[in-house]
Amino acid sequence: MADITQTRVQATTRTTTRKRIRWDHIADHAILIAGALLMLVPVYMVFATSSWDPITIHREGMQFGFGDRLAENYDAALFEYGGFTDSVNGMTMLANSLILGLGFAIGKIIVGMMAAYAIVYFRLKFATLAFWMIFTTLLLPLEVRILPSYEVISWMNLGNTYTGLIVPLIASATATFFFRQFFRSVPEELIEAARIDGAGPVKFFIDILVPLSKTMIAAMFIIMFVFGWNQYLWPTLITTDESLFTLVRGIRQIVQSYADGSETPDYGQAAALAIIAMTPPVLIVVFFQSWFVKGLTESDK
Amino acid sequence: MAQVTLNKVRKVYPNGAEALEPSTFTIPDGELCVLVGPSGCGKSTMLRMVAGLEDVTEGEISIGDRVVNDIDPADRNIAMVFQNYALYPHMTVARNMGYGLKNRGMDKGQIAEKVREAAQMLNLTEFLDRKPSQLSGGQRQRVAMGRAIVREPDLFLFDEPLSNLDAKLRNQMRIEIRALQRRLGTTAMYVTHDQVEAMTMADRIIVLSNGHIEQIGTPAEIYSNPASTFVAAFMGAPPMNLLNAEAGQGRVTLPGGEIVPQAGVNGHAGAVTVGIRPEDVMPSPQGDLTFNVDIIEELGAQRLLHGQMAGQAFSVAVPKDQEAATGEMRLALKPGAVHLFDADEGRRLG
Amino acid sequence: MKRAAFGHIGFPILLLLPQLAIIAIFFYWPAAYAVESSFYLQDPFGFGETFVGFDNYTRLTNSTNYINALNFTVVFTLLVTFFSLGIALLLAVKADKVIRGAKTYRTLLMWVYAIAPPVAGLIGVMLFDQSRGTITQVLASFGYDFRLGVNYWDTAAAMITVSVWKQIPVNFIFFLSGLQAIPRSVREAAMIDNRSGTSRFWDITFPLLAPTGFFLLIINITYSLFDTFGIVDTIVKGEPGNNPLTLVYRVYVDGFRGGDLGGSSAQSVVLMILVLILTIVQFRFLERRIHYT
Ligand SMILES: Nc1ncnc2c1ncn2[C@@H]1O[C@H](COP(=O)(O)OP(=O)(O)O)[C@@H](O)[C@H]1O
Ligand SMILES: [Mg+2]
Repeated sequence: MADITQTRVQATTRTTTRKRIRWDHIADHAILIAGALLMLVPVYMVFATSSWDPITIHREGMQFGFGDRLAENYDAALFEYGGFTDSVNGMTMLANSLILGLGFAIGKIIVGMMAAYAIVYFRLKFATLAFWMIFTTLLLPLEVRILPSYEVISWMNLGNTYTGLIVPLIASATATFFFRQFFRSVPEELIEAARIDGAGPVKFFIDILVPLSKTMIAAMFIIMFVFGWNQYLWPTLITTDESLFTLVRGIRQIVQSYADGSETPDYGQAAALAIIAMTPPVLIVVFFQSWFVKGLTESDK
Repeated sequence: MAQVTLNKVRKVYPNGAEALEPSTFTIPDGELCVLVGPSGCGKSTMLRMVAGLEDVTEGEISIGDRVVNDIDPADRNIAMVFQNYALYPHMTVARNMGYGLKNRGMDKGQIAEKVREAAQMLNLTEFLDRKPSQLSGGQRQRVAMGRAIVREPDLFLFDEPLSNLDAKLRNQMRIEIRALQRRLGTTAMYVTHDQVEAMTMADRIIVLSNGHIEQIGTPAEIYSNPASTFVAAFMGAPPMNLLNAEAGQGRVTLPGGEIVPQAGVNGHAGAVTVGIRPEDVMPSPQGDLTFNVDIIEELGAQRLLHGQMAGQAFSVAVPKDQEAATGEMRLALKPGAVHLFDADEGRRLG
Repeated sequence: MKRAAFGHIGFPILLLLPQLAIIAIFFYWPAAYAVESSFYLQDPFGFGETFVGFDNYTRLTNSTNYINALNFTVVFTLLVTFFSLGIALLLAVKADKVIRGAKTYRTLLMWVYAIAPPVAGLIGVMLFDQSRGTITQVLASFGYDFRLGVNYWDTAAAMITVSVWKQIPVNFIFFLSGLQAIPRSVREAAMIDNRSGTSRFWDITFPLLAPTGFFLLIINITYSLFDTFGIVDTIVKGEPGNNPLTLVYRVYVDGFRGGDLGGSSAQSVVLMILVLILTIVQFRFLERRIHYT
């Protein structure tokens, strides 16, 4: 009697669960695939379009299939002078983007680590004051104080220089804040052991704190590089000299040629340039995903 | 090698909290001195001042014949073992142990030699190239010890070094540390909140409570002559029974009228506290004291009887071969079983 | 500060100097300058300025352009925040649930984070272009005449769509890591107590995700207000015209195109106050959270 009930119960649960779980899973995957396509398809279309000649694109709009102009378009976007700009080619803009991304990331990490080290590891009377002064900068993004910042840069004659391009962007304390959080989580006893082992402030920083922060530095670097590479408003204002244009800044020229509409712009090249502008940061984020996610979720909190 | 002297050393933290009242004592060269007391009583504060990790508010600390108040931790020629070991996570075991020597400018060959020696002593030779994360808790503890040994310091400082180990490993390491310290003959200060550790390891014990020294003495002295009810209750397991009683006319009377035998009162009269260790009494039909057993706790080698005496909580330890049952029984005292304390301040009388 | 911190004085000041110098010159000075300029009216030919008190601010309240931008910004912020949070939450819950392909989905749903806003805007322009845009063509086949840059709400729709698309990855990453931080034992306890997956989500998962959600709310509002500049600029093709504009874009347009330093500065100050309020709200909340955990 007991046996019979048991088998029956088992049989019913098995069939019902099997059915329900399967539909569940299919729905989950369908939603995720739809989401993934939503992210992928627009960019894929830009990529496909970048392989076509301007006439076709002008007539038919963006393309789903590939044309035969891929190499030509990228070659032109990278090496031809005066496509969307008057005097620079894609390589120059690529180099400038790299300088901005690297300069910003490295500058910010170095400045931030130094300041955070001073705040956390020294008995400084005004450490709290310094911290609040630095922390306040997190409140107001550059966009809010864009015009006066521009005035200050012009007044200092830093317009159209890499310094004027990069340094004002560093004037926000995300990295300092992030490293301060991290340093505070480093066990107290480590500095005590190190001091007994005869390490002074410089030795402790180089021998112990920097190696310990490796992952944090990597995570910060990825986020900051992408952030710097993707800057738009500030480079637009501060660089009028085309030889300092970044790729993202160059996008504005493309859009303007769309707006003019007087002559047919080279859409294929435009698409190619857009792809070139997004490729380095996308690759970095995809390849160093776990560091990137760690940096993002731990820095903003 | 060196003796350690604290002369009226006091510590007030910047927030105004007095963590240590002025304290004076000397640890002779080569001794292992245990600082014991409940959590928050100021043990670490005292140790960290000796290490130079904390400023001394008042008083003088000397190691050997050198006053070290203003000397950097690195220059005090001490070594410290931390509760969480504080190993450098990114360095191998060998580099962890050698880091202090490297900072002193010792050459590589010599460092390697010393590290090898220490590793051999601690059975760490096969782990020298591993990172701390690849070691077990006991091995990390050993590395921390190794880091202390290679420096050949004048003084070892231990801050609850065994607290993060399981009970079995703790017992084993306790013996190892003790043996090692004996062999090296290096003076040591050892902080713990565990009275068993204190009793078993120490040449000399300093009992701390609430920022002041309650008693200094050998384990035997502390056990047989506790200077206060605090020490009496803190040192020894199970803890000493403390009973409120009345002294007068040359004898001590428990509430309810029973007279405590053996208690000399030295002319003291009024409220007193009587201390009797659970292992200093034995059931005996001719005994002077009445004890009501409520619960029997089996410990294997021993049996603990918990109950009431004169309406107050009381415990008795009996050997395993002695029968016991709940209910009333009579107790006799072993010689020297009675300790008498002042009822107000808890100080030992006589 | 660590309890065994170093006692040196000169060295830490040296360490702090670069950071302090940079923020003094490029943050505090401009910020103070903005506040000051907001009380002055500049001569359009660059000859001096006159103190006008709160005129620049009252001028804002009377400016239809500014009021329009304000209204649009509110609508824009609400819609972008709502849709990007909603879609990201749905995707994160599903990505947290599936076992097969979880990593691949995570990658596929987050990489768009790395695309610059103006590049996203350019993609938007290509998709919504009045004559050749792919989506425009699709809408045309349904009989709708989508006119980017001509019809106010068509342009707004394109802006919102692109901004949501660009923001989904950030929200997705945070929601997913929030979900993964929920202890396994809590989920298992919930599974035993409640057999319905949907009500389990609303009773257990959603409240536990609330801190992440609140944090993201602030992040998304900030994003909608400031970081969408590049999207707005590309979608309107640098031509304000009669297009929908956000408040930050107005600061830029009035300051750099209109040469109205005073008015633009007053707008900056208003935005600063707005951000300060947001931050205070966030802090009060964070403080509470610290108490509870
Ligand atoms: N850095 C500090 N600032 C203020 N008070 C402290 C500090 N460190 C310890 N204390 C206080 O001093 C007392 C003794 O602490 P400690 O020496 O760490 O005790 P323990 O005996 O447990 O090692 C405690 O009450 C503790 O709260
Ligand atoms: Mg302690």
